[in-house]
Amino acid sequence: MQKFTHRHIGPSVKDAQEMLKLLGYESLDSLINDAVPDVIRYKQSLTIPEGTNEHQALKELSSMFSDVPQAQSLIGQGYHNTYVPSAILRNLFENPGWYTSYTPYQSEISQGRLELLFYYQTLVCELTGLDIANASLLDEGTAIAEAVTLAFRKHRERRTKIVTVNALHPQNVQVLNTRCTQIGLELSDDPSLLSEEVIAIVIQRPDTYGAIENFDDVIQNARRLGCLVIIVADPMSLLLMDAPARMGADIVVGSMQRYGVPMGNGGPHAAYMAVDKELARLLPGRLVGQSRDANGRPAYRLTLQTREQHIRREKATSNICTAQALLANMAVAYAIWHGPKGLIAIAQRIHTLTKRFARSLEAGAYKIATQHYFDTLTVRVADAYAIAEKAEKTGLLLRVIDPKNIALSFDETCTQDTLRMLADVFSIPLAQAPTQELANEATKETTKETIRGSEDVANYARDEITDSTGGSMLNYGARGEDFLSQAPFHLNKSETSFMRFLRELVNKDLALDRSMIPLGSCTMKLNAAVEMIPVSWPQIANVHPFAPSKYRKGYMRMLSQLEEWLCEITGFSKVSFQPNSGSQGEYAGLLAIKTYFAQKGETNRKLCLIPESAHGTNPASAQMAGMDIMVVKCDTHGNVSLDDLRNKATEHKERLAALMITYPSTHGVFESDIVDICKLIHDCGGQVYLDGANLNSMVGLARPADIGADVCHMNLHKTFCIPHGGGGPGVGPIGVATHLAEFLPSTGEEIGNTRREKNVHDSSINETKELRIASAPYGSASILPISWMYIRLLGGDGLTEATQYAILNANYLSCLLNEYFPVLYKGNAGLVAHECVLDTRVVRETSGVTVQDIAKRLIDYGFHAPTMSWPVVGTLMLEPTESEPRQELDRFIAALRDIRKEIDLIEQGQWDKSNNPLKNAPHTIETVMSDTYSLPYSRSIASAQTQNYAKYWPPVERIDDVQGDRNLVCSCPPLTSYT
Amino acid sequence: MYKYFAKTHECIAVDNNKAKLTITDHALQELGDVVYVELPKLDQEVKKGDAIIVVESVKAASDVYAPVSGKVVELNTKAIEDPSIINDRESGDSWFIIIDMSDPSECDSLLSEEEYKKTLD
Repeated sequence: MQKFTHRHIGPSVKDAQEMLKLLGYESLDSLINDAVPDVIRYKQSLTIPEGTNEHQALKELSSMFSDVPQAQSLIGQGYHNTYVPSAILRNLFENPGWYTSYTPYQSEISQGRLELLFYYQTLVCELTGLDIANASLLDEGTAIAEAVTLAFRKHRERRTKIVTVNALHPQNVQVLNTRCTQIGLELSDDPSLLSEEVIAIVIQRPDTYGAIENFDDVIQNARRLGCLVIIVADPMSLLLMDAPARMGADIVVGSMQRYGVPMGNGGPHAAYMAVDKELARLLPGRLVGQSRDANGRPAYRLTLQTREQHIRREKATSNICTAQALLANMAVAYAIWHGPKGLIAIAQRIHTLTKRFARSLEAGAYKIATQHYFDTLTVRVADAYAIAEKAEKTGLLLRVIDPKNIALSFDETCTQDTLRMLADVFSIPLAQAPTQELANEATKETTKETIRGSEDVANYARDEITDSTGGSMLNYGARGEDFLSQAPFHLNKSETSFMRFLRELVNKDLALDRSMIPLGSCTMKLNAAVEMIPVSWPQIANVHPFAPSKYRKGYMRMLSQLEEWLCEITGFSKVSFQPNSGSQGEYAGLLAIKTYFAQKGETNRKLCLIPESAHGTNPASAQMAGMDIMVVKCDTHGNVSLDDLRNKATEHKERLAALMITYPSTHGVFESDIVDICKLIHDCGGQVYLDGANLNSMVGLARPADIGADVCHMNLHKTFCIPHGGGGPGVGPIGVATHLAEFLPSTGEEIGNTRREKNVHDSSINETKELRIASAPYGSASILPISWMYIRLLGGDGLTEATQYAILNANYLSCLLNEYFPVLYKGNAGLVAHECVLDTRVVRETSGVTVQDIAKRLIDYGFHAPTMSWPVVGTLMLEPTESEPRQELDRFIAALRDIRKEIDLIEQGQWDKSNNPLKNAPHTIETVMSDTYSLPYSRSIASAQTQNYAKYWPPVERIDDVQGDRNLVCSCPPLTSYT
Repeated sequence: MYKYFAKTHECIAVDNNKAKLTITDHALQELGDVVYVELPKLDQEVKKGDAIIVVESVKAASDVYAPVSGKVVELNTKAIEDPSIINDRESGDSWFIIIDMSDPSECDSLLSEEEYKKTLD
């Protein structure tokens, strides 16, 4: 059986020889020797086992999980079992059209996922009652932290206190604590301390013990004092409650996990955030808005992008970049699949099961701490550990709150059997089903008839309205007939219609399954099918992040091996998997540095030097870490100015904390100075943070730690094959040198056992000083097997070979495209690293053609544009990766060659400067086929590819950005507005 | 009436003690179509150098700094309702606020149009 390396690598060996010859090299090694400076070269082979074939790799991974016991989790605490509808699993989650697409910055080729995200925002607005929802955040804990910093900014950073009103999930408290401490915000959990110094109050509903309490008085008081009201709500419970906006919430956040996204040992899942329209400009993360295209047709785009950190940089209050687009789309697909009645029926059923068991417990003389509840009960017991142990023996996992309290959460996968098993655990008889209808439902289950989406079930629980406990409490009828009345949530319920609905959307998008996506700095390489397979395995998908360790031991084996490999690749001594995006990695890395200095008593070290060419997330992360930012100049070659760096580092050596530097540089060049730069920073007492966005050019050839970095994040969604999912998930683990190891984020294993937790009214805030970057201990754990598979398949030699091919492919493009658009930066021997920057500014004056025109024209040729105007305005940055075959590179070169010829014609005056194929690009089939076609060039020129039956047709023409930003439309209007 | 310019691309037209604040043609060109404007409050006291206004276009968000100190005595509310009027220099509405200067001598440290243009080279 063949090794996998040459499935992953695009060019054949013969192609590579020809490409090398064209570049003037005899061998791949000689090219690499010239391209990569000797001073940074790692001269040994990576100590990683030899690569293998896909069957063997799957077998090995599977065997790590083979002896893990299975149990049904009732732990709750923000993570619940859910059924992923198979139609979503197969047509969306496991469909490369959805998971291999990039963040929808090029909106014309992203209409499908933008449309579905638009529906997601609509769903969140409907659930929360607020005006504007973003297209997802990373997890619930960070979403709360983002809400708090939003409120901080709203108060123009004049107020400094946050009050949590009730008990948040412990992991939420830890994330909030970490984030607030860095920027000097004070956390308190005493609502009596409300004052005009308080930025916002935070309420979790239900709280971590499952209680739903009435906080109307606190909310009124807060509003009177000008504090913003943040509610953290379980979106499943919201189906049976009034919208939080009606209670007075300004911001509502939560996790959409239980809308059909498996727990996956903690992630990835989408977190949601909705805000009052007054706060729209402060909303972090990506926001999909509706605008119109050149033909006046409605079209979607990412709106208000000026809020994002790549523009605001150190003024940004959030560093969120990659979010959880794929998971947000799964969540809304779940809502569409079930429809509003089906969703409400699921919530009602969960509540009815909970209530039946609550009644059973009460009849058995147990005391329930949670008077009003949705799905979670906290029960007073003699020995919580004994109960938990007994439950485990029957295959159920409960949550020990403390020695005398135990909690259990019901979800949509629970059945009457679950209740019977629980009754045995608590040694009580099971109470009668509360209504005849429930009994009917029990019968249905035994006949294996699905209850989801069934109207009967929606009806059965209507009787339960008596359960209502007043205006803002749980109420089966809380959601009226107009809830989710928008057309997309009322599709024909057949799977045929649903499958075609998803197909129609994905057809509008350009993903890796159609063409190369040569985005510089994004590393859009192959996400091989075999690497994706394990993500859907039940032993990977259905694991609760706070389950006792023996239920997570498969994961622990896999993670420890992956950590070992990543340490070998980077040269570091320890890795934290917690950061669930690159920017979270930056934040975690800076906190490690900050804490390290604090430990040494050097609290004055807060200055972070950042080159002007850095990714926008760098200054944003440094700001969030409470550091002072100073910008370092770059020279005309895009390199960090050594003089400016030396002056600034020396002048401020007393307060220097870190330099954040990207390597190879954001200009795609291996700078030889890097070793001296690291030494200079160390000599001045600082630490070096290496932004690993460009790690794909280093694996096996150079190691960040050897060069002199102290900490580095690895974008596993770039270099290590996790797909981009149309804008997330991402994973950004950090590797650190030995001296920083103890300052990595806490995995909070103690939280899993919840033994440290206190009772409802005890203070748990401010108790822990451990750093927590994300809600889950290992971040987006369930996609880490993708990177494990990649490394196992290629092995040390294969990984190194992949890097060599990435450099070969980039230099092949650089060499052949230079003729049409000059390559702006080159390193040693005129070579580039793994990407190259093409200067298109030369044609602007002669033809009026802008870089945007070229990017949009590439769509007509069937390509996703390269990175545009970054790091230099008016340029295109290309990164082909090792995975693109030579034929595809040649097709791309031909496209740019043809576009250059078109520009020639404009320069020569044959086409009008404002009416030509570039200015009018992209061209839809509607325009090209129109009976009234009247453009001053032929239809075959307009479409660019008439001979190609697989041609990609963009669904819309160029989208009007100004219209979209001036008139904010971010959710579907309710059906009534059409009538 | 006399015009003063700041290196940070603001421009004031001064009439007695009143300074009508806008951004320079160069800044406007760099920004492109303005899509959003956030003004300070009426009667707010501003200090020279404070970031008091936010101007957003499709591609950038910029702070506008107070070139002089004083009290905000008039807001161009039209710019909030229709930010595009900032781009329309002919309309006469391409301004943000009027500041009643507390120290008119601060103008001496600002630039003339000619001096400002030199800073752009």
